Amino acid sequence: MQVVWLRSSLALRDLQAFIQHTVVYCKMDPKLQKTKNSSSNSANSPDSTHSLFPFPDEVLERVLSFLHSHKDRSSVSLVCKDWYDAERWTRTKLFIGNCYSVSPEIVARRFPRIKSVTLKGKPRFSDFNLVPQHWGADVHSWLVVFAKVYPFLEELRLKRMTLNDESLKFLATSFPGFKALSLLSCEGFSTDGLKAIATHCKNLTELDIQENGMDDLGGGWLSCFSENCSSLEVLNFASLNSEVSFDALEKLVRRCKSLRILKVNKSITLDQLQQLLVLAPQLIELGTGSFQQELTPLQYEGLGIAFSNCKNLQTLSGFWEDTSLHLPVLYSACPSLTFLNLSYATLRSGELAKIVAHSPNIRRLWVLDTVGDKGLEAVGSSCPFLEELRVFPADPFEQDLHHGVTEAGFLAVSRGCRKLHYVLYFCRQMTNAAVATIVQNCPDFTHFRLCIMNPGERDYLTNEPMDEAFGAVVKTCTNLRRLALSGLLTDLTFEYIGKYAKNLEALSVAFAGSSDRGMQCVLQGCPKLRKLEIRDCPFGNAALLSGIEKYETMRSLWMSACNVTMSACKLLAKEMPRLNVEVMRDEGSDESQADKVYIYRTVAGSRRDAPPFVVTL
Amino acid sequence: MSSEITKELLESETSGVLKTELTLGLPGDSLVQKSGIKRGFSDVDLKLANYDQAESQPPPQAQVVGWPPVRSYRKNLIKNCKYVKVGVDGAPYLRKIDLEILSSYQDLLTAMGDMFTCLTICHVLNERKLMDSANGEEYVPTYEDKDGDWMLVGDVPWKMFVESCKRLRLMTSSEAIGLGAAAPSTPSKGSSTSC
Repeated sequence: MQVVWLRSSLALRDLQAFIQHTVVYCKMDPKLQKTKNSSSNSANSPDSTHSLFPFPDEVLERVLSFLHSHKDRSSVSLVCKDWYDAERWTRTKLFIGNCYSVSPEIVARRFPRIKSVTLKGKPRFSDFNLVPQHWGADVHSWLVVFAKVYPFLEELRLKRMTLNDESLKFLATSFPGFKALSLLSCEGFSTDGLKAIATHCKNLTELDIQENGMDDLGGGWLSCFSENCSSLEVLNFASLNSEVSFDALEKLVRRCKSLRILKVNKSITLDQLQQLLVLAPQLIELGTGSFQQELTPLQYEGLGIAFSNCKNLQTLSGFWEDTSLHLPVLYSACPSLTFLNLSYATLRSGELAKIVAHSPNIRRLWVLDTVGDKGLEAVGSSCPFLEELRVFPADPFEQDLHHGVTEAGFLAVSRGCRKLHYVLYFCRQMTNAAVATIVQNCPDFTHFRLCIMNPGERDYLTNEPMDEAFGAVVKTCTNLRRLALSGLLTDLTFEYIGKYAKNLEALSVAFAGSSDRGMQCVLQGCPKLRKLEIRDCPFGNAALLSGIEKYETMRSLWMSACNVTMSACKLLAKEMPRLNVEVMRDEGSDESQADKVYIYRTVAGSRRDAPPFVVTL
Repeated sequence: MSSEITKELLESETSGVLKTELTLGLPGDSLVQKSGIKRGFSDVDLKLANYDQAESQPPPQAQVVGWPPVRSYRKNLIKNCKYVKVGVDGAPYLRKIDLEILSSYQDLLTAMGDMFTCLTICHVLNERKLMDSANGEEYVPTYEDKDGDWMLVGDVPWKMFVESCKRLRLMTSSEAIGLGAAAPSTPSKGSSTSC
């Protein structure tokens, strides 16, 4: 009997019907797999006894249309041919985690009715300049195919992709019903491309531009929205610096009554913000502009009132520059907040303490380490429902130990916030004992990303490696899905990971390990591993080749500045034809060294657009 | 400016001779300390962040590509405050000033005057000086640029100055003679003591 695991998004009644019939009739009968190859979309099929599912295809399709998770859909599509067909006809949202794992043509053949596409491109380490320029992940070839096959495409969400203004213009003019564009960590385009989107996409509901390597040539794009455009629900231009026409923005906000997410940029002043809030009290998420401005008492009061009238506000972000002066205007909005992103504000402990005192309901908090351990203590005592904490370094290259946060801050949060399950923590010192206590307090971690900023840093009290810290994490946090390591680590850490981290899906390793054994333990011990990224570790060919069968079960492996040679990569490529083994060599390095290796499974064969410095073996 | 003069100036900083006692220092403390020493007392002015600007030689970590793993977008944003150390000849403690929030040399002098409250601004034509009215000692603002040279404040456009300034020092006029602070076109000590 084939078992299909589904997530909880299915409507209960449909799920019950689904299960009832699946359990009774579900069997992997080879005969059934060959039936209805072309008639799978025919109307009423009365021969229900042949079918795996006794109802007409429409019913199966109807039930499957409730499945949204792409993982569930993948499972469903593997049951039998009927289900594969029904699933492909009903899938409307496409998620491609690695744009080179498949080709646009293959996708177009399989899924005829896509309305929404999410595409991710470059390896994550490209965020930290480890991937050279012009590596690839250009979206244009995808858009060309989509224009032919999915003329009714509505949404495009890109992460770490390359696209230029021509592509944006093409996008804007090829899909009349286009609604939502989200660009995160992309590069190659400019505000001119945004002009095209604003001008041509008459039904735009979402424009979300975040942290891209783009050219900001001016704020004129905002003025390109037509005066008839009133459909915007999401507008995020926080990461663009140029001044936009406030008049155009104000009119836009006034027209778009369904606007629920508005994140403006630094050029918007506080009194301009107040005017926007008065026009859009229905906002659920707000990103402020510049928070530094001399306000008259009347303006200050007006701003406070505007905030208190935003009864639905759940997320606040923005706050560039020194914001301490006007923080109290926020206090009335704080009680309803669930996500507070202060990671661009150099707040001190006292200022943070006051804000969190007013924000007892926050679930997610992002801060800069300028708040110090004292600020985090305040978080621990004020935010019992906190689930996610990210502490970013204000000055990542500063050596001075007296700044930032330490293990004390993390401990304080763990004592008060027992529901914590996601942490990203940059610090300069840590101890094994502290981490052990932290995970005792918060055993439900699913994401544990600890960055002790000095590579190879020991436990500062005992001078030992940090093995026991991460050992405690994997032993205690059985639901751990994502782990990022730091500090001085021997192979012992990896033995622990291989032995205990049975739900681990993503692992990030830097300056760690003693020998090949470390990587081998992970490859052999973590059944759910999908993404492995390694830099500057003493793992060599034996380690690489120990995973030879594993890599097809993973999305990708990145290894840079390790001890892997070209010959091992060639061997891997030869043995595993469904993997792309790509090597990038550093300038002036030995011919035999494989300085940067990127390995990923694919059904599309070698890249056809690889630049000269990417060698596919 | 030649490196010999630089050395001379640096040596005189650490020579231990206290010329004036400013209200900044602890009472009775007469040692001149090296400008590199971190302050041990807590900062009274809460508006100033208490972390240091990168030193002129970046620590080794800064040269490791992509580490710590902070996205470039985030790194660029934070550098929008530019705190530089400000020292005064003869004072044991340094202060810090954020150049980003100032917009002109006048602002800078005002800020320094506010910070070292015994000093008042004293303008003679185009010269910018601060004076300790208690003892008539004059201070000329100087700065160390990216190349490690000590320069007179005020020669280059403000923005360029902010870009290249690594630290500031209020040098006594007598020390600053080598910088041409007493410009030949204006009478030097005579008129300046009359303000």
